[in-house]
Amino acid sequence: MSGILVILEERGGRIRSSSWEALAAALKLGPAQDITAVVIGAQTAALAAEAAAKGVGKVVRVEHPLLAPYTADGYCAALEQLLQNQGPTQVVFPHTYQVRDYAPALAARMGQSLIGDVVAIEDGAVFTRQLMQGRLNANYRHSGNGPCFVSTQAGAFRADAVDALAGASPATITTFTPNLDASQIRTEPGEPFREAAQTVDLGSAQRIVSVGRGIKEEQNLGLVKDLAAALGAELAASRPICDNGWLPMERQVGSSGQTVAPKLYLAVGISGAIQHLVGMKGSQCIVAINKDPDAPIFEVADYGIVGDLFEVVPALTETVKAAK
Amino acid sequence: MKIVVAIKQVPDRDAPVRIAPGGKWIDETDLQWAMNEPDAYALEEALQLKEKNGGEVVALSAGPERTGQTIREALAKGADRAIQVVCDDLGTRDALGVAKLLAAAIKPENPDLVLTGLQSEDIGLGQTGVIAAELLGLPHATLILHVEKTDAGVTVKRELEEGWFQSIEMPLPAVLTMQSGGTKLRYATLMGIKRAKTKELKSVTAAELGADAAPVVVLEQIALPKKQKSTQILPGSPKEAAAALIEKLKTEARVL
Ligand SMILES: Cc1cc2nc3c(=O)[nH]c(=O)nc-3n(C[C@H](O)[C@H](O)[C@H](O)COP(=O)(O)OP(=O)(O)OC[C@H]3O[C@@H](n4cnc5c(N)ncnc54)[C@H](O)[C@@H]3O)c2cc1C
Repeated sequence: MSGILVILEERGGRIRSSSWEALAAALKLGPAQDITAVVIGAQTAALAAEAAAKGVGKVVRVEHPLLAPYTADGYCAALEQLLQNQGPTQVVFPHTYQVRDYAPALAARMGQSLIGDVVAIEDGAVFTRQLMQGRLNANYRHSGNGPCFVSTQAGAFRADAVDALAGASPATITTFTPNLDASQIRTEPGEPFREAAQTVDLGSAQRIVSVGRGIKEEQNLGLVKDLAAALGAELAASRPICDNGWLPMERQVGSSGQTVAPKLYLAVGISGAIQHLVGMKGSQCIVAINKDPDAPIFEVADYGIVGDLFEVVPALTETVKAAK
Repeated sequence: MKIVVAIKQVPDRDAPVRIAPGGKWIDETDLQWAMNEPDAYALEEALQLKEKNGGEVVALSAGPERTGQTIREALAKGADRAIQVVCDDLGTRDALGVAKLLAAAIKPENPDLVLTGLQSEDIGLGQTGVIAAELLGLPHATLILHVEKTDAGVTVKRELEEGWFQSIEMPLPAVLTMQSGGTKLRYATLMGIKRAKTKELKSVTAAELGADAAPVVVLEQIALPKKQKSTQILPGSPKEAAAALIEKLKTEARVL
């Protein structure tokens, strides 16, 4: 057993940046020449060339007509064969929706357990991941025989660590053709669709006031609406607020909603779960109002007020109005 | 349709987290517990499917004695009966180990559908349902918001990233992991709470299920996250803090 496999994921015919982050994480486990980048699908030539230019050890194309569209059954069967063939010590994935869908099953098939959503890797293969919705960190270690499966959290590793490798001659590309039969694929996925036409463009907003579950009741939303109006800001929300139907889904910020990067992002009663943070941490200035001083939102905030939003928000609205 | 819903009891979202001595888990003294939210949606979806198509809903939960409280909540909301896998070492089992326990309890039930939440609010690995499907040899789908029974099986609505969705057709039996927010959760009625007391609650131990516990992945240490960024916390009364913040946003951050 030797070598590190990194399973890359594409979107729209390009390798996704979260996959380069997974590759950057793999560099903490071993030198670039020990890393094999894996592209998978029905047509992988262009993806393989993109990966080969990054200066990894090798690139493998796992290619079969039955690998498009994505299905967990197809990916598990194909990658199991690849892993048997390659015998890696570690297998690294980006922690995407797709990886969540098949990697745990693939690991289980090989008697392994995925260390998922890893935020840091320390010497000696100690993997840190978050517990309690980001309120605690836990260190994990793989024991026993067989490959160690790891997936990396979006944004936790720097994709540009990989760019530094480029410039070396491109890696050799080989093709691996798995044995797949249509009868192995038990699910029939449909085309991706969107629910409703987008009418607000949070992506271009300069200021955003975003509200979370701390607001407690729909009738309290007036408080944050007043603040947003006073600041000339768009109103946005964490997922539970949109799930409840208190605000339309197009105002949801996060991994299953919009990605925003305003000048000012003011988070009111939002705890700061990673799925929310990925949608807003590129904002120029982040302000958090939360009664819990240990809320993870303060990890990314430039300014914070620890206190009861029902007192702080009206005071803010007053101050802004008075200054006008 | 016979549906098994796997439910986890987790610390209440607003409960303060303290690290237990030894640093391997949180201090559970005086902790409030709740049903894992995505599991509550899985239960709700199961109850709605039963209301439409008939059948039976069986709640399944692994955990120590206290888990009984969450199981009774599921029964009060409308599950027909329940199975508790009594085990005190849930925290030291890895995802594979926990899924082995649940799969062993599910197998003799021969359900048409297994539903569970897409991840737990405490450990948050988001793997249990997927691994259970693998161990049971069943097809699965994750991040599901809605399930519709069809002649051939089920059609499910799956959430994709950035506001996209997808429909998937699949045969039964199958395992689905449910995302929060696809429907409205019901409350237990007084009648439901009363009736729950008469419903069957079967206990099995991990040892009886014969699922081995030796983990491949070991949690070594938990700690508070190290702060990456220095946040300026504005002190004082709400009024003072508000005034100081607006001033900073104008003159220091220059975003107003
Ligand atoms: C696959 C997946 C995708 C997801 N996608 C998204 C997404 O796109 N966007 C998203 O936001 N979430 C998403 N989530 C959900 C995410 O994990 C969190 O559950 C969610 O962001 C929590 O929302 P919240 O912070 O509003 O609520 P909570 O986590 O409940 O936080 C509420 C906060 O309010 C504070 N508070 C309470 N009362 C007061 C008060 N009186 N004054 C001040 N503060 C108070 C509390 O201290 C707490 O920090 C996703 C989850 C999954 C699993």
